[in-house]
Amino acid sequence: MTLPQFSRRNFMLGTAGIAASGLLMPAWARGESLTHAKQGYGEVSGERIALNVDNHHFAVGGRKGHAIAVNGTVPGPLVRLREGQNVRIDVTNNLAEDTSIHWHGLLLPFQFDGVPGVSFPGIRPGETFTYEFPIRQSGTYWWHSHSGLQEQAGHYGPIVIESATPDPRYDRDYVVLLSEFTPRHPHEIARLLKVGEHYFNRQMQTATEGDMPLKERLMWGGMRMNPRDISDVTGDTYTFLVNGHGPMDGLEYLFTPGERVRLRVINGSAMTFFNVRIPGVPMTVIAADGMDVSPVEVDEFQIGTAETYDVIVTPPAGSHALVAEAMDRSGMGLASLTSHKGHRATPPPLRGPVTLTMADMGMGSMDGAHGGAMNHDAHGGMDHLGINQGGGGAMAGMDHGSMDHSMRDTSKLPPDVKVGPGLDMVSPMPMDRMDFPGLGLDNVDHRVLRYTDLKAARMNPHRMPTRQMTIHLTGNMERYMWSFDGKKFSAVTDDPIRFAYDERVRVKLVNDTMMAHPIHLHGHFFELVNGAGMMNQPLKHTVVVQPGSTATFDVTANEPGDWAFHCHLLYHMHAGMMQTVTVRPFPEPEKEA
Amino acid sequence: MSARLLLAAPLILAALPAAAQDHSGHGQPETEEPAEDHSHHAPTKKSAPLVLPPKADPPAMDHSMHSMAELPEGPPPPEALEGPEHAADEIYGADRMAKARATNHTTHGDMLTGTLMAERLELRIAEGHEASLWDVQGWYGDDIDKFVVKSEAEGEFGEALEDAEVQALWGHAIGPFFDLQAGIRLDLEPETRSHLVLGVQGLAPYMWHVDGAVFLSDRGDFTARIEGEYDQKITQRLILQPRVELQLAAQDIPEREIGAGLTKVETGLRLRYEIAREFAPYVGVGYEAKIGQTAEIAKAAGEDPDGLAFLLGIRAWF
Repeated sequence: MTLPQFSRRNFMLGTAGIAASGLLMPAWARGESLTHAKQGYGEVSGERIALNVDNHHFAVGGRKGHAIAVNGTVPGPLVRLREGQNVRIDVTNNLAEDTSIHWHGLLLPFQFDGVPGVSFPGIRPGETFTYEFPIRQSGTYWWHSHSGLQEQAGHYGPIVIESATPDPRYDRDYVVLLSEFTPRHPHEIARLLKVGEHYFNRQMQTATEGDMPLKERLMWGGMRMNPRDISDVTGDTYTFLVNGHGPMDGLEYLFTPGERVRLRVINGSAMTFFNVRIPGVPMTVIAADGMDVSPVEVDEFQIGTAETYDVIVTPPAGSHALVAEAMDRSGMGLASLTSHKGHRATPPPLRGPVTLTMADMGMGSMDGAHGGAMNHDAHGGMDHLGINQGGGGAMAGMDHGSMDHSMRDTSKLPPDVKVGPGLDMVSPMPMDRMDFPGLGLDNVDHRVLRYTDLKAARMNPHRMPTRQMTIHLTGNMERYMWSFDGKKFSAVTDDPIRFAYDERVRVKLVNDTMMAHPIHLHGHFFELVNGAGMMNQPLKHTVVVQPGSTATFDVTANEPGDWAFHCHLLYHMHAGMMQTVTVRPFPEPEKEA
Repeated sequence: MSARLLLAAPLILAALPAAAQDHSGHGQPETEEPAEDHSHHAPTKKSAPLVLPPKADPPAMDHSMHSMAELPEGPPPPEALEGPEHAADEIYGADRMAKARATNHTTHGDMLTGTLMAERLELRIAEGHEASLWDVQGWYGDDIDKFVVKSEAEGEFGEALEDAEVQALWGHAIGPFFDLQAGIRLDLEPETRSHLVLGVQGLAPYMWHVDGAVFLSDRGDFTARIEGEYDQKITQRLILQPRVELQLAAQDIPEREIGAGLTKVETGLRLRYEIAREFAPYVGVGYEAKIGQTAEIAKAAGEDPDGLAFLLGIRAWF
């Protein structure tokens, strides 16, 4: 299918080809319930918007199953807004269970943030809930259910907010919403993650696969860790989608040679990090998580779950593959960026599986380049490991027994971290890896985006934090337990993370696991402490904390209320990797200045 | 700032107790904030046009990366504890919010789930006789506490079972990799006998799945078992599994032809093919040997104390 030509201000849709033919009228407009959800989405806009949540079937890439569709499509409709407008959104729940919609990345009063049990009670079956808030920003965002595991089933869609002032940076505008579809029920996936050992992983090291020397394999085995644990849920059950279309569906993005095409890339998946590239076409990143950054040209970027990146491309005539390869290389989402309608681009083959390294164990960088930055506090614990000298060769000589011990040295944890079965590892020497391009992309021979490349396009006020806090990302791969500071959300719903209103805090996230976690704070933008300088730290709503590493952000808590704070990997959040952030007190209403 | 606040909270303020403090200046004495208006904070402000900075390099790379040590770590300022405990209670009602929070416990951490696995459904073909065996285990519970059932039975193929037992245990996580298990075991064959069970089960270093327990029978006999197995992937679906089981007794148990000490060793090597994760047929070889006094007892009875068997079976679970 083809996306028809639009003038610059005519916004592009994922399945505009279908929409134009009139088949994609929202279900509510036709007053009927669909049996099969359509691929792709329509568009809703204006000051009054209606969204209807229904059970459906969905089929893509030879897989079919249950879906929760909004307005009859997967993904649900594009919510298109304009900076400065007010919006009322009526969400009607036609499911047999509670639902909700969270407006991911939007600044709004907390009671409309859409997180059951945190910001509101949820939307009951048969109920219509009205969200109402002013639009205070522009950029690329998305929305999704925050109830149970509904997001996995199709309950998500894009948001585009046009700037109040004209934006001359591009001629054509497309949404690239990446996600997955699985025929399995999400609760069954959650169960399999709890009971099955790496159930969805078909890329384990075996006697016949993998280059890792025996000594290193023994070391990983000695720690009871799997170096191929890149993604919990994989192409084994997922079909990766671009705007609801599978890789064989032939989704096309049309352009005229010479045009500057803006691609609004949204990772709306439940569990997948994607490596995005258009072989032969460089991409200029202009925004991250909706916020403008100084333009930076790259050939590839990894996008964590729930992040968004806006890029501008100026492709030469022809057909170019828009590739969204799953981080673990178990499949890809695919579309064609083409100047010839009907011409499919030839996709590159999937690259080989990714294997974790010492740095992902929180052993610091082993290449010696960062040796000087190693945390010397850790030396007492590290001496007996014999890796003080750095260098990859040293690790093979490590004593396995003490290695095992040092990978869970709980004396390195602050007292507020609960040590128990839910914590299988403590990073011995976690380092900031803002300059890491993402698992599997550190050895490619082209330019890959790193967080250190991001600089806010608009200056932030220069204001030092007055306090710092450290939050440990904790887990147990084997039991599939995930938490902050060793405590699941179920244990801390009455013990939130507290910020004073307008307080500026530096938050350091320490990843004591071997998975990359995309950590999302609702209702705020925080600034990545990425070396860009206080006034140019990029604003984000989601930050990927690399395995065994740290990431630090500054946040000004200027949005009063209760906000969710969680890992955006859906099954990690479901397992408990979530907290409430309360910002108090509510400011006194001020007289209009 | 006032415009921002009005935008931020158009509805809630009427419902919330007024906080009679001006926090606009809070926390700033220690900051290096230049005397500029906060309205430059980009995303929170729409009314004032945003000023794009010159494209020059950021002013004097500050040392924000290195200043962590200078910042105090500690509790938030006291006013962070003001106001309602749960902000949404004031808007949507405490009852509904309390229910929603309770629901969050199950959807964000306290999930109950379970599985049932037949580790071995097996035919053992040895010289002169064929035996069948099952080794089944299941659990239901949360991350920490589980109800565990285990059952093993063995007998000559087509005849009555020679040994059959079932265990009902409470499992409790005692560390990241191991559960403590306590409960009862009921032997149905060779004769009805009950035991108290105390054991540990989990994942040992080098990825060995280990299950060990001591048993105290209703006759006061102490016995113990420990078994371990390891999955070596040959390919993604072809898996070689060595397995070892040791049995011990603290005293002679004449009616079971057991002598004190190490009583029996069972080893096996099984090669399975996972047609699906949940369904894998296998072939293998098993060697069992009675040891020490137990072996002497067997010999005296005219039995072979050890034997090699060819194994055919299915590993299945859901």
